[in-house]
Amino acid sequence: MIDKIRKEAKRILEEGIVDVVIGFEKGSIPLKSTPVFIEKPEDAEKLIWNKFCENNLARYLRRFKGKKVGIVANGCCSRAIVNLIIEGQVNRDDIYIIGTPCEGMLSRRKMLKDGKSEKNVDDSYLYINCKYCSHRNPVIYDYLVSEKIEEKPAQFPDVEEIEKLSPEERWTKFREEVNKCIRCYACREACPMCYCEVCFVDVNNPKWLEGGFAESDVEFWNLGRAFHLAGRCVDCGACERACPMEIKILNLTRKLNKDVKELYDYEAGLDIKQKPLLGEFRFEDKEEFIR
Amino acid sequence: MNKAFEPKIATFLCNWCSYAGADLAGVSRLQYPSYTRVIRVPCSGRINPFYIIRGLYEGLDGVWVSGCHPGDCHYQTGNYYARRRFSLIKNLLEFVGIEKERVQFSWVSASEGGKFADVAKKVSEDVKKVGPADKMIREKKLYD
Repeated sequence: MIDKIRKEAKRILEEGIVDVVIGFEKGSIPLKSTPVFIEKPEDAEKLIWNKFCENNLARYLRRFKGKKVGIVANGCCSRAIVNLIIEGQVNRDDIYIIGTPCEGMLSRRKMLKDGKSEKNVDDSYLYINCKYCSHRNPVIYDYLVSEKIEEKPAQFPDVEEIEKLSPEERWTKFREEVNKCIRCYACREACPMCYCEVCFVDVNNPKWLEGGFAESDVEFWNLGRAFHLAGRCVDCGACERACPMEIKILNLTRKLNKDVKELYDYEAGLDIKQKPLLGEFRFEDKEEFIR
Repeated sequence: MNKAFEPKIATFLCNWCSYAGADLAGVSRLQYPSYTRVIRVPCSGRINPFYIIRGLYEGLDGVWVSGCHPGDCHYQTGNYYARRRFSLIKNLLEFVGIEKERVQFSWVSASEGGKFADVAKKVSEDVKKVGPADKMIREKKLYD
């Protein structure tokens, strides 16, 4: 699989199909792969693919506007690319997608905590969104490095568990989680869909919230970011993995994904012809909650 | 002396239907509680869900949004878009533990003065029942 990625990356660079290939190289610390930008064909040997490629590479596409870009994309990364195309941020013709079916990424933090190595690790160390992933094959690609793997239906047992709690318990849980936040905005920087030129936290007029760590402000930030991803989140989990305080951001985004799936039978980034969820409507949309 | 709890409820009314409905309720001399603070907006689609979150943080006990019935929108489709946003924000706020009574939505047309008074009564009762907001409190006011 890695050989095929390297060969294809080398070929497209040599033939001038793309100017740069975005992929992963071996990280400088154990159990970590890090994004790399390959511009020379001979550097293609650096590319790897393993169980620790936890960033979403679609994040970097907008940096190369006007250039032809090759990108190594698994399921969630390809969905993010589709979403960026739908939202007019990148051009399909400028992107060459090397599709890699993906069986999920392993949680580095959890493995280090339990003293596990690559050799004696099992599926229970998968990230939560990888565990319940419903799109493991790239939805869009120009070259596929291996056979497609079996898809599972979307499941949200983690969200359902929280929904069963009482409102008081849910509020306590939410506050416990988000009050760890130090507002470093690593989640925003890691997210492929957070590309606003001016984020709602940085806007002065209207000033939605104050800078600083007041509880109300970190709550607003987390709620607001999650809501801005409604119908756009591809459930790649890059935000949660980037969070230095280990906040369970996915609780909120996966709740919205669940609602979007149940209410509107919609999943973000599956087809270039799709319309954004909040940019369209159906006459028969549910409205039981409206008096 | 204990004063009875009087909730503050921000009420966003669309200019074309619900605001006229409220007007009709007034002209018809219908009685409804005075806890609602009316804010007139061009369309229910004009309402950014952040208004609701921000309002709750600014010390409101409830938020009520009302617009035209589906199909009646002055701008043809504004309330359809709004409907999707509202159902998602309502579910999200419920998910983090905000009581569902605090955030309410309704369709009230310009001829439904009676319905406006009824919904105003129901919303006020609901919010009164759950009591003063004890979640989503801002420690420091944004603008002093």
